This record gives sequence, structure tokens and C-alpha cells, in this order.
Amino acid sequence: MSAPTAVGRGLLACSVCELVMRAPSGATQAICPRCGARIHSRKPHSLARTWALLISAAVLYLPANIEPVMITTSIFGAQRDTILSGVAYLWTSGSWPLAVLVFFASISVPLLKLLALAFLATSVQRRSTRRPLARTRLYRILEFIGRWSMLDVFVVMVLVALVNLQALANVQAARGVLWFGCVVVLTMLASMSFDPRLIWDAAGENDGRDARRT
Amino acid sequence: MAETPDGPEPGELPQARVVEKRRGGLPLVWIVPLVALLIGAWLAWRSISETGPAFVITFKTAEGIEAGKTKIKYKSVDVGLVESIELSRDRSKVLIHARMEKYAADYLVEDSRFWVVRPRIIGASIQGLDTLLSGSFIGMDVGSSKTERRDFSGLAEQPVVTADDPGRHFILKSDALGSIGLGSPVYFRRFPVGEVESYQLDKDGQGVMTRVFIKAPYDQYVNAETRFWEASGIDLKLNASGVSLDTESLASILVGGIAFQTRGDAKLANPAAENAEFRLFKNRETALSYEDVVAMPFAFSFKESLRGLSIGAPVDFRGIVVGEVTDIQPQFANDAIYMVAFAKVYPDRTATRQVGESARLKHGWTREQAFDELVKIGMRAQVRTGNLLTGQLYIALDVFKGAKPAKIDWDEKPPRFPTIQGSLTGVEENIATITKKLAAVPFEEIGEDLRRSLGELEQTLKSMDRLVKNLDQETRPEVSETLADLRKSLDSVERTLSQEAPLQQDLRGALREISRAAASMRTLTDYLEQHPESLIRGKPEEK
Ligand SMILES: [Zn+2]
Repeated sequence: MSAPTAVGRGLLACSVCELVMRAPSGATQAICPRCGARIHSRKPHSLARTWALLISAAVLYLPANIEPVMITTSIFGAQRDTILSGVAYLWTSGSWPLAVLVFFASISVPLLKLLALAFLATSVQRRSTRRPLARTRLYRILEFIGRWSMLDVFVVMVLVALVNLQALANVQAARGVLWFGCVVVLTMLASMSFDPRLIWDAAGENDGRDARRT
Repeated sequence: MAETPDGPEPGELPQARVVEKRRGGLPLVWIVPLVALLIGAWLAWRSISETGPAFVITFKTAEGIEAGKTKIKYKSVDVGLVESIELSRDRSKVLIHARMEKYAADYLVEDSRFWVVRPRIIGASIQGLDTLLSGSFIGMDVGSSKTERRDFSGLAEQPVVTADDPGRHFILKSDALGSIGLGSPVYFRRFPVGEVESYQLDKDGQGVMTRVFIKAPYDQYVNAETRFWEASGIDLKLNASGVSLDTESLASILVGGIAFQTRGDAKLANPAAENAEFRLFKNRETALSYEDVVAMPFAFSFKESLRGLSIGAPVDFRGIVVGEVTDIQPQFANDAIYMVAFAKVYPDRTATRQVGESARLKHGWTREQAFDELVKIGMRAQVRTGNLLTGQLYIALDVFKGAKPAKIDWDEKPPRFPTIQGSLTGVEENIATITKKLAAVPFEEIGEDLRRSLGELEQTLKSMDRLVKNLDQETRPEVSETLADLRKSLDSVERTLSQEAPLQQDLRGALREISRAAASMRTLTDYLEQHPESLIRGKPEEK
């Protein structure tokens, strides 16, 4: 007993011109008869791409948090700040709401995103049938909060642009911010590569045909 | 996806065109994690290879030091960072765990030094002002040793001189620490050439050791003949040579200092070695006086008052201070009171100024024999006025021709040096000599001679008078007689005035005497005109 889906009915939609057509049989590449675009019923190589980007993000997550993101030079001396030391500074200086926000946006979110995407990809790979609706909702949440991860990068960029008093005070972006930006972009790409329809395919909610054909 | 009732049937939908599926191997996207891994590996390798050695510095206190913040600087360049701070087991010290930058790993050698830089005033300059804003940092001086070391004990004070300053260290020994401090300048001919680096008590507490650093190239002026003295503040002195004010520089008045000078010909001596020891004298005068290896005690007994002769007054030989008075006592001997000045005489002070061997060594005399010889040719001690204004006296040794023969009795302790009356009494003596000479002039005889001559003259005049009277009384008839008388008179005058006449002789003698007396007076007045001071000081002895 399965819900009626496009794949179940043997239909494809062109992602460019929105033409609905009948899918060809066999392992062949479908082409839109109207605009000639390549048509996939699911994102091609979705899981592989997601995994590749996830692993890259995870690798860069370490230097992004270890290396300083910002070097503040002032008459009080030079200071190198990592993301975590910035959070610690905000916390000790009393602005703990800001500390919580930065910690949430810059440290927890990328990490949660990595873990959540890894969980989703694993569950699809293991053809899990458990609570597909909840997993789809998790995916939506990831998409939504992912954009907040760039907060720290933006803060550094704004400071670098604003605080430039030469000898008195000077803020420079350090290499850490590059790795951090990479992590954020890679996780965004990873979540984009992930096709949530696979959750439902794997759960067997979609009928008969091989849902994971590309 | 709900089925729409009025939608077209699947059969009416167009059929997708089909192309041959591209058979890809591994998707290109796997390059991304590969690159990420490479980056990660590169960063990891970099951070491992760039991590310098960890080491420990021990300090008394961790004041101003923060873990993860405090930097280690060498020549104001960051070379390391404090990683953690902990107390030693017995809580007496603080262990600073720090890490050096990789490139500075070989700075950690046996004689490297660490100290905490805080703002302070050192010598005449203020240092570490920047730490007021940036906080303290740990200063470092890299040693020259090749032996590696990982545990250091931090210095309590910032060293004044760093190891790479060219120059030499010297150790000055003194009885007490003068008004000098760390960083006090060292002057050479009033030119700042070095600094006081440290000072400490001797191990036995008997004196103070001051370590100074003389910068190159000035360190070459320090040799075995160099004397150091405290050039601290203002030195105001009132002594036999009057008032003297001595100071090296304005800075030395404020922060104290040390000066040095080399006695004699500096070129003759080799520069002193590193860490050579010198005595630190109280002042320039004592520093530059010659090393008094041999001191001979003498007693000088005088008949006159010694008011104005103080203990420490110089014993002078024609301008060279050869000794100093150590004590003054009255002594009774032969029913008379003598004032006895005890003094130490340093005979080598005269000898070492001569180039080559002294006369004494040439003759092979002992010091005692040399003094005997000097006394034999007339050397005597005399009290003289050093300064008319202050009335200070000194003992002068000089050679007096015609002094009564004397001898030093070396068995006496201390031996008595023959003396001669002081110069003030000498003036009286001179005056007495003059009066004696004047008294010797035969004024009476001269007067008698004169009286006699005048008597004869009177007689002549009387006979002339008589002649005139006779001429008056016995007029013309007796002209011939008168003429004959006149001839007689003239004969008599002729007799009187002739060479052999007694009148003539007496007069000449008298005049001779007078001219001699006048010449003597002229010599005296001439001398007084040229040397008016001799009225007070007396006539200097003939050389
Ligand atoms: Zn199309």
C-alpha cells in the first residue's frame, strides 16, 4: 500500500520547463523532449556527493576551530582569537546573550549540521523505515539554520573593515576564518546535495520501482 | 502527490527522449574531501613542525604573568609564549611553563637569561614603559653557550647589559656600597662608557662587589694600572690646597656613578681580562695616588706650635705628597715640650714616577740607607703653611744646605726624622741675620774718622781765618810777609791734602764703609721687592 508518486506512476518532470513526461524504461538517461534538459527523478549521486562534502567539512572543522580567525593589534599588544576564545571572551566580559548566539551559530550549528546530515545519509543508506516524516522535518530545519553559520565570518569581515586605526588598533582576518567559511559552505552544499525524497524512497513508502535510480 | 481528476492521462503525456547513459567511474565530487584532507594534513604537519620546545622558568612570583597571554621577547621580538603557570611543590616558587617558537629553539642554551619586564627607572633612563599598556612580558637574553637547557631560573631584576653587547665586565671591590645603583653610569674622562650591572655583598660579608660593564671599544682603556672611584654626587673639599668641587656629570649627581682613569702611560699595559678585579676607591684623589706598598712610619718633633696641622695633612716633598700625618702628640724631653707629628711616608711614591730604575736601586741602597743619604745632604722636615687663608699646615721634606748635621736613629720606634724650624720662624731668623750684619757695620769708627777729618778741616779754616785777620791787621807793608805766610799756609794745605795725609785716608775708608752698608741694604730691599711673601714665609733655602 503506497502513496501515488511521480516515480510510482512512471512520470518525470522537467526541472527547467516543468514539462511532465513518461519516464523511459531501463537504465537510460532521459532528455526533456521540449527543452532538451537532462532529467533525473532524483538528484544524481546524491548520497555520494553528500558524503564527500560532509567529510570535507568535517576535516576542515578542526582547523577552523583551532586556528585563529582574527588578529587584533592595538597599543595593548597583539591578540589572536579563535572562535572559541572569542566566545569565552564574550562570556567573561558579561555579554553572555551574544556569547550564546555566537556559540550557537558558529560552533553548534555547523557541528549539528554535520552530525544531522551524516545521520540522514546513513539512515537512507541503511534503508531505514523509521519516522520518515520526522527526518524530513529535521532536514528542513537544517536548511533553515544553516545560513546562520556565516554569522562569525560576517562579524570578522565587518571588524576588519571597520577597525583600521593603523597604529592604535587594527583587526586582521586570520587563516582560521577561511577554514571556517569552507566548513559553512561545504555543509550548505552537502545539505543541498542531499535529496530528501530518498528518505521516503528508502522507507518504502514509494511504490515498486527502484527509487534510487538516478 | 494527489491525482488530479481533470489532468491528462499518463498515456497522453509525451515520452521522454533517451540518450545513452554516461558511465562515470568515481564521481568528481570526491576530489573535494581529498583536497580537504590534504589541507588538514598540511596544517597538522605545519603545526607539529612549527611547535618549538617547551621549557620551564622559575620565578619568585608570577606577578603580571598570564598563561596563554604573556609573551617571551628577545630584542622586543616575540619568541615564545607562556602556556601555563603552576606553583612548585614546596610553594616557594612559581613554575612558568612556556613554549619557544620553532626558529628560536636554539636560544635555549645554558647561559640564557629570563626576567619579567616591568616599568622601572634604571640609571638615568626609564625602561619598560610599554608594559604599562600591554602588560608585563618576559624578557630574554640569549647566551653564547652551545649546551641546550630546558629549565631556567628567572632573574629578579632585568639585567642592564645583554650578552651580545660588546665589551667587558669588571669586578670592583669596596668596603661599602656608595651612592650607586643598577644602571649607574661609568665614566672615562667624563664620557659615559659603561654601566653598573649588579652589586652584592661578599660571601664573608666583608665588603661589596660591584660588577660593571664597560662597552667596547672603551674597555681597552682598562688595564692593570686603571683606578676606579665613586663619582657620586658632588665632592666638596676644603683642604690644604683650598676649596675644590668635583663632579663627573649632572646625571651622576642624581643617580651616582663610577669613574676610572689609567695612571701613567696606558699604552704600556695590556688591557685587563674579563672579570678582572679592581678596588673601588672613595674618590679620585685616593684612587690616583700610587699604590702604597711600603709605608714607613716617622716621628717629626717640632718646637713650634702645630696649630693648623691636622691628622691626614700631607707630607710633601717638593710638591709630591709622599705621606700623611697620622697622629700629633706633645712630648716632654730635656725640660722642653716638643710637638711630635707621627706620619706615614710612602717612599715609593717618588720612585715610581721616574722612568726606569730609581737612584736608590741604582746604588743598591735599602730604603733606610737612602734616607740616611738624604739626611746627610741636608734633608730636613719643616712645618709650612699650605694655605694662608685656611691656615692649614703641612710637613715639607726638603734639603737645607747648611743644616746642622743629623742622623736618623732607626732603632727608635718610630724613627725620628730630623726637623728644622718652620718657615715662619725662619723670617725672624732672616731679619736677625740682617740686623746682625747691620750691627757689624763699623758705624762708630766711621763717625770718629769723620769727626777727625772735620777737626782738621776746622783747623785749616781757623788758620785761614787767622791769615785773613793778619792780612787785615798788617796791611800792605807786610804784604811780602803775608805772601810768605800764605805760601806757608798753602804748603800746609798741600801737606794736608796730599795722598799720604791722614785726613784723606780716613775719609776714603769711611766712604767705603758707607757704600758697603748701602749695597747690603739694597740687596735686602731688592729681594723683598721680588719676594714680598718671604717676609712671612721666609727665604727659601739655596738649592
Ligand atoms: Zn524541459
